[in-house]
Amino acid sequence: MSVEMSLPVLTDKDFASDQDVRWCPGCGDYSILAQMKKVMPTLGIPREKIVFISGIGCSSRFPYYMNTYGMHTIHGRAPAVATGLKTVQPDLMVWVITGDGDGLSIGGNHLMHCIRRNMDLNIVLFNNRIYGLTKGQYSPTSPLGKRTKSTPMGAIDNPLHPLSIAIGAEATFVARSIDTNIKHLGATLKRAAEHSGTSFIEVYQNCNVFNDGAWDYAKDRNTKADTTLELEHGKPLIFGKDRDKGIRLNGLEPEVVQLGKGITEDDLLFHDEKALEPSLAYLLSRMRYEDGFPEPIGVFRSVDAPRYDELVNDQIALATKEQGPGELDKLYGSGETWTVA
Amino acid sequence: MSTVAEKPTTELNEATVRFCGDSGDGMQLAGTQFTTTSALVGNDVATFPDFPAEIRAPRGTKAGVSGFQVHFSSNEIYTPGDVVDALVAMNPAAFVTNIGDLRDGGILIVNESGFDKKGLELAGLDGNPIEEVALHQLEQKYKVYKVDMTKLTRDAVKEFGMGVKEADRCRNFFAMGLVFWVYGRPLEPTLRFIEAKFGKKPEVAGANRAALMAGYNYGETVEAFDTQFHIPKAELKPGKYRSIMGNTALSWGLMTAAKLSEKRLFLGAYPITPASDILHELCKHKNFDIVTFQAEDEIAAMTATIGAAFAGAMSITASSGPGIALKGEAFGLAVIMELPMVVINVQRGGPSTGLPTKTEQSDLYQAVYGRNGECPMPVIAARSPGDCFEVAQEAWRLAVRYMTPVMLLTDGYIANGSEPWRIPQFADLPKIPVTHPEATDGSEQFLPYTRDERLARPWALPGTPGLEHRLGGLEKQDRTGNVSYDPENHQHMIDTRAAKVANIAEDIPLQTVDGPDEGDLLVMSWGGTYGSCLSATRLARKHGKSVAHAHLRYINPLPRNLAELMGRYKKVLMPELNSGQLRTIIRDKYLVDVIGFNKMQGRPFTVAELVEKISEVTG
Repeated sequence: MSVEMSLPVLTDKDFASDQDVRWCPGCGDYSILAQMKKVMPTLGIPREKIVFISGIGCSSRFPYYMNTYGMHTIHGRAPAVATGLKTVQPDLMVWVITGDGDGLSIGGNHLMHCIRRNMDLNIVLFNNRIYGLTKGQYSPTSPLGKRTKSTPMGAIDNPLHPLSIAIGAEATFVARSIDTNIKHLGATLKRAAEHSGTSFIEVYQNCNVFNDGAWDYAKDRNTKADTTLELEHGKPLIFGKDRDKGIRLNGLEPEVVQLGKGITEDDLLFHDEKALEPSLAYLLSRMRYEDGFPEPIGVFRSVDAPRYDELVNDQIALATKEQGPGELDKLYGSGETWTVA
Repeated sequence: MSTVAEKPTTELNEATVRFCGDSGDGMQLAGTQFTTTSALVGNDVATFPDFPAEIRAPRGTKAGVSGFQVHFSSNEIYTPGDVVDALVAMNPAAFVTNIGDLRDGGILIVNESGFDKKGLELAGLDGNPIEEVALHQLEQKYKVYKVDMTKLTRDAVKEFGMGVKEADRCRNFFAMGLVFWVYGRPLEPTLRFIEAKFGKKPEVAGANRAALMAGYNYGETVEAFDTQFHIPKAELKPGKYRSIMGNTALSWGLMTAAKLSEKRLFLGAYPITPASDILHELCKHKNFDIVTFQAEDEIAAMTATIGAAFAGAMSITASSGPGIALKGEAFGLAVIMELPMVVINVQRGGPSTGLPTKTEQSDLYQAVYGRNGECPMPVIAARSPGDCFEVAQEAWRLAVRYMTPVMLLTDGYIANGSEPWRIPQFADLPKIPVTHPEATDGSEQFLPYTRDERLARPWALPGTPGLEHRLGGLEKQDRTGNVSYDPENHQHMIDTRAAKVANIAEDIPLQTVDGPDEGDLLVMSWGGTYGSCLSATRLARKHGKSVAHAHLRYINPLPRNLAELMGRYKKVLMPELNSGQLRTIIRDKYLVDVIGFNKMQGRPFTVAELVEKISEVTG
């Protein structure tokens, strides 16, 4: 008699830990947590094979709320901790939860190197453009002129743009979503999970206490159709309430054009997330609301490339195949030896 | 040549040779070959490589001088020698910086052609120390041999059609050959080395071989070299031996510990002198299932080590003082997560970048105290190159038994020094048992912070069904490991982590001494000063002093009988290559008025200075 083996059917509740969630009421993090718990059962991966790793900050409390393995580590270092874990146990699914301060300021170095190695990790960066846990200092993504507790006369350093950084390090999967756009967020997390190699997702996340409304332009029901642009692979870049506007390339610069009056869809820039050359994705990451562009959401880039965690273990397998499993007695006695009777 | 009459042989108990020259002159290679050969003929050996931090300091300057000292003996020896019996100086800079260490009556071999106008200028010399009056003065004190090694080497390698530059690169082999003759060493090991190293470049191999032979034959032929020395075999414990360097022994010890505990070995590291050779060694042995990760920085190296420990590997990181400082925050995380791992600090001169290639013991406070919060870590220290092999295993044994990161201290002197090593049999080494909790059906909550009789918590691995749990840097609730801000719990967890580390004292051997069980003086040492202190105390006893030597492997916790042991001597002297760091800790802990003897010159203690101090203290 054959016994059908299948994974138990899990729901989002199975992924909730017994810990009370302690983000401020109304925080965008709740939505991201809810979508993550919803996505988990759809991946077909048992709970014990999943690890969430975070650094420090509001977002980094995330692992405590997931009933998987998890580590809440130190500020900025989650990608490095995850690298150690993943190289030793490459069959685990590892998520890194970080924020704009954790990931781009104190942990910028690790983020960059983790991405260039194409470690098979899913990195979700909650971008609220503020330091929340330390109560309201400006962050590396705060806009110029931003007045905060630590910038009473306005921020004077240029902000970093997370996706431009990720693409600069040639991330193999880059996407953006918005905390309140739950359908889109869920779908984006799932695509990230399914990608082999580093997946980097920026989530526009509202800190309703220290930086409320930072992303209103992208979330407001009345404006979002004009301020965001949903990317679809192989499709022209069209946006607007009436889907009558598009993005056209003028030399190396994008420009917003009105469809009709002699401009057709064929004149527009077509999205190609599979492009090996990351320039198009970079160009998309440079389209900013303050410069009069809709900000793209969705998958900017999704390409295949060798993964560090696989390669490192492949080298071990190759060395073992070529030299045989290591024998310590042979090693001890290698080189010049002599015997004392 | 075969007609040359045999020259008389003088038998010696021991000798110390130093090769010195420019850092591009291949002196480290000459020293290493001399070491291997001396070990192979059965002498006990101890070495002291001494080189500049700059890879290529300005050629010919004093800053660029590189030296390698070999002490070889028919007795057991523990130090590379206080003074040098034979000094080979390839240029004036090497001569000026090293001549002070040559004993009266010692042999001085200089490369005559190196003492040209330019060489003398670079060394800051007004006159030529090997000409005329200056030479006469030298000859009053030493046996001086002026050998035109440059010319002789060029002549010897002529047939290989090399350029002058390439030919001059063979000079170190000429120097080796000559010293090999002086001390009656066989050439075969070096010939084998040349074949293995340069076999693919026949003209290079041939030229080096020719230079080596030419040097040897020069000694045999030239009348000025009137005596050959013979140092009989040492009486070492029977067994098969090899020569081993500290960083190699440490790497092999780690590999051994991984196999003894049936673990994958993970090394997270960032290049730093003098620890990088551990990374180099381990990355060569991937077929032992070793993952080496050269991280983007020291912090990543350490935090990746924590991630690998959570994943269930035997996880280690290796660095030196400045790198250890960068890892400091992550040590706290490892301590509160109570995950096993080994942190290696190959100490060098500090503070800051300090003296990267010189030895010191000044990171002891850093090892014991250098973290935020109440953050105890066990600290153990290796005493010699070969001892690194054992200490590496001991560090991992403690780490897994007590679920804690362990700090292992060595230093530049041990790391780069070498000594004969009695080759063990893997099957004879004690296993390091490791257990992990098994899968459950998940119906009961897994409690990651419950404890065994040693206060160690279970090491549950990701991938195990039913044991899903979260670790973190926020204070843990006892048993559940959940985040807890409860005041009583915080105190309890601090006390528990401290008690766990303190309990290790019950698990480690009682401190022993070399020498009398009681007396006038106990010399206490730790780390790389072992050899000097052992030799000095033995010598002092020969001079009639009532002195014993205790060498500490365990720094935190200290052996449980230490207070009682110190009480059996009238005085306690603690020589350290720092300003008195362990002495301070011992005074603090036991209220014993330990006397310090401290040196911070980037060099080990000489036996003579220790003997003098012992005399001074014992009166």
